[in-house]
Amino acid sequence: MLTINLAILLPFLAALFILLFLRRFRRFHIGWFVLIIPAILFALLLRQIPNIANGKTLIHQINWIPSFDINFISYLDGLSLVFGLLITGIGTLVVLYSIYYLSTEQSLVHFYIYLLLFMGSMLGVVFSDHLMVLYVFWELTSISSFLLIAYWYQRKGSRYGAKKALHITVLGGFAMLIGFLMLYVVTGTFSIREIIETIHLYKDHSLMTPMIILILLGAFTKSAQFPFHIWLPDAMEAPTPISAYLHSATMVKAGIYVVARFTPVFGGESLWFWLVSSIGLLTLFWGSFTAIRQTDLKALLAYSTVSQLGLIMTLFGIGSLSLHPDIHVESVLYTQAVFAALFHLVNHSTFKGTLFMVIGIIDYQIGTRDLRRLGGLISFMPISFTIAIIGSFSMAGLPPFNGFLSKEMFFTAILHLKDFDFFSIQTFAGIFPVVAWIASVFTFIYSMMIVFQTFFGPYKEQPGVEAKEASFGMLIPPVTLSALVVLIFFFPNILGDYVIKPAVLSVYPGVTNEMIGSISLWHGFNKELLMTIGIIILGIILYIYRTYFKKVYIAFPRNISFDTLYNNALEFTDRLAKGITNFYMTGYLRHYVMYIFLFFIIVLGGSLYYLGAFTFSLNNDQPVHPFVWMIASTIVIAGMTIFFAKTRLTAILVNGYIGFAIAMLFVLFRAPDLALTQLVVETVTTALFLLCFYFLPEWEKTKVVRKVKMTNIVISISVGTIFTLIALSVKSGKLFRSISAYFENADELAGGKNIVNTILGDFRAFDTMLEVIVLFIAGIGVYTLIKYTNNKGVEKLEDK
Amino acid sequence: MEFIICILAGILFATGVYNILQKQLLRIAIGTGLISHAAHLFILTMGKLKRGQPPIILEGITEYTDPLPHALILTSIVISFGVTSVVLVLAYRTVNENNTDNMEQLRGNEYE
Repeated sequence: MLTINLAILLPFLAALFILLFLRRFRRFHIGWFVLIIPAILFALLLRQIPNIANGKTLIHQINWIPSFDINFISYLDGLSLVFGLLITGIGTLVVLYSIYYLSTEQSLVHFYIYLLLFMGSMLGVVFSDHLMVLYVFWELTSISSFLLIAYWYQRKGSRYGAKKALHITVLGGFAMLIGFLMLYVVTGTFSIREIIETIHLYKDHSLMTPMIILILLGAFTKSAQFPFHIWLPDAMEAPTPISAYLHSATMVKAGIYVVARFTPVFGGESLWFWLVSSIGLLTLFWGSFTAIRQTDLKALLAYSTVSQLGLIMTLFGIGSLSLHPDIHVESVLYTQAVFAALFHLVNHSTFKGTLFMVIGIIDYQIGTRDLRRLGGLISFMPISFTIAIIGSFSMAGLPPFNGFLSKEMFFTAILHLKDFDFFSIQTFAGIFPVVAWIASVFTFIYSMMIVFQTFFGPYKEQPGVEAKEASFGMLIPPVTLSALVVLIFFFPNILGDYVIKPAVLSVYPGVTNEMIGSISLWHGFNKELLMTIGIIILGIILYIYRTYFKKVYIAFPRNISFDTLYNNALEFTDRLAKGITNFYMTGYLRHYVMYIFLFFIIVLGGSLYYLGAFTFSLNNDQPVHPFVWMIASTIVIAGMTIFFAKTRLTAILVNGYIGFAIAMLFVLFRAPDLALTQLVVETVTTALFLLCFYFLPEWEKTKVVRKVKMTNIVISISVGTIFTLIALSVKSGKLFRSISAYFENADELAGGKNIVNTILGDFRAFDTMLEVIVLFIAGIGVYTLIKYTNNKGVEKLEDK
Repeated sequence: MEFIICILAGILFATGVYNILQKQLLRIAIGTGLISHAAHLFILTMGKLKRGQPPIILEGITEYTDPLPHALILTSIVISFGVTSVVLVLAYRTVNENNTDNMEQLRGNEYE
């Protein structure tokens, strides 16, 4: 039972182990240690094959956040087993390859830690039954892939590629998270198994459409489907073992996995079918079409990966049809599409892994992977040539390699699409085989380019490089993979019966083994075979006349592409954000104060007006004392005088006058303590003003633009008005009785006759204490501001 | 009478805001002072004006003006005094270091 959890955790533990113990090894290639991990996991998973083939599943739960219904549920069934075997199997070979590919002079610790992180999180993705856990591992794959692409972080291209991959995959990841949350809201559970069991109750739910779109967005970005495929070619800046592992065999298949996993949930929905199959088809076509124009072998392989992923996606789209309620599960036509998809998935991993490794070898030995500078390597590198030819012929779909079988099955599925008469498929069914066929012709052409332009033709010598075969160790992994390519062709049913069929069964729980049937090597003469022959003939013709054929690409200039769109979008948002920020963050204090007061006016004034809070009456007013009239009017006049003061001395003195007049008001309002304090404080403040004024520059005659002046006036008058209105409304409102009656017991309670002073020193002495602290801090502030100079600080630092 | 004082506080507030929107540091300091005056008057008015004798307990007096706003304002006056003194010294230091008290010239260069 523990197997699956162990499989997920082991790579993480190994990464930790490297970090803690193997960091110091300089001469020992730690790849040998890492190699053990995927090998063990592969063996463990192989042992599960008989169990799974017999229809058993493994499930294990560890509580993580039970209160939020988030638990670490790992689940192993046919589908996750296929992916698990791919991840660990190809992982073993890639680690072996990287041991020879990377020398100990590189930072191996980083490389293998990132690789193990990736492996663990990828296993987590395929073995998780819980949506949130799945999402966590999903993002971990994005992050570890980001780290791996930027492994040579000194290079600009690596950093660009890594950032692009992260942007796009995380964008999709977020969309998927929202989709998952919707799924939780609809079904009330995070467990994929339980969702599959109950989803038929919610087929008409209004969230169905956004859910499908969001989850597919996640799958499409990860699996580099059109138009999100642009990150994959740029991710080729990673070391070749990484390209082989992440960007052909595993990470890009995470999206495929999600589509396969959610086929039982959304299968039979028209939107799901149309999105998956048409985007898949478009990707298939566009990827193979663009691959031909590449001159960098790795970029060519990247586009070919895009195209093959599109093919697999299309098959899953067709396969989802068999879950339509009007289709009997017994009609295995469309379930076979899923069988073909999974079969091609495995095949693609084998031949694409092979090809990446061969190209890595060429790059390593010759020093370039530019098609225009390569040629005639056949006599120098015979083994690499053999492997390359196996890989590319399999990719082109030629016998006797496994690509042939899956491509035939692909044609079968796509030709049968016209038998289906829902979703107005009949109208478009004719397009599917045509587009697929043309794409296959392109696939054939670029597969030939890989072999013939690299290994045939005149040998172009690279300066300072002697072409020779790679070391034995480096050749083991591609040889193993290419052996698999051939073996799967001759014995497809071993793989089909034991691994793929259980996987199909986990997509369609109702189907039995016998219904799917077995893969036949030879269908007899039928439409599919004719299509393949057509591909070969047209492909050869086009390959020979490729210099003419390539003129087609003039219609697709490089500066009009999705890459440009991506770059421009980034640049545009960057400029937009900068523009907006610079628009309001001017650096002028006046503007910031204006924003504050504008909000005061609009939000406070507006909402109070809206709520009808501005009401006032004069009923409870005291009669106005003539002295108050006098003092108030002088204060207003003094306030105005400040604006027009010719010298700062006038301004300061008038300011002082206002303070004293306020003290007079306090006297009139029978607040003796206030009047006293106000008098003293105003005196000191005025003295301070006068002191400062001595050091300040001369009072400028304010020359302001009329418009600025007008806005200032408008703002200050409206702020004053709103302030007055609030004051008047509060005053006129219905109030609770004051609590001050209690303080009139000051003599009995506090032993003092001055009520204000007992409040300050007894009832609310806490305020007073803190106020004293404020004064204390202000004093320290004033002292340091005057005494402290920057130069002294520097000297002190230097003294030490 | 509350009516008059409310309007007076409003006018003081408006003049304070207008001063704060100016360029010179000294004007800004004066503006903050005016705004605190307005706030003090506001608090005092909210406690109703002149409904009795000063809040000092004497034999035979039953009505006092509300003492609580007085205590609050007293605290506030002291705090605003502390702040004003710091602002003034800050202005002094600013002028000493930068040779200007014009806020438009004191805005740093990284925005330009």
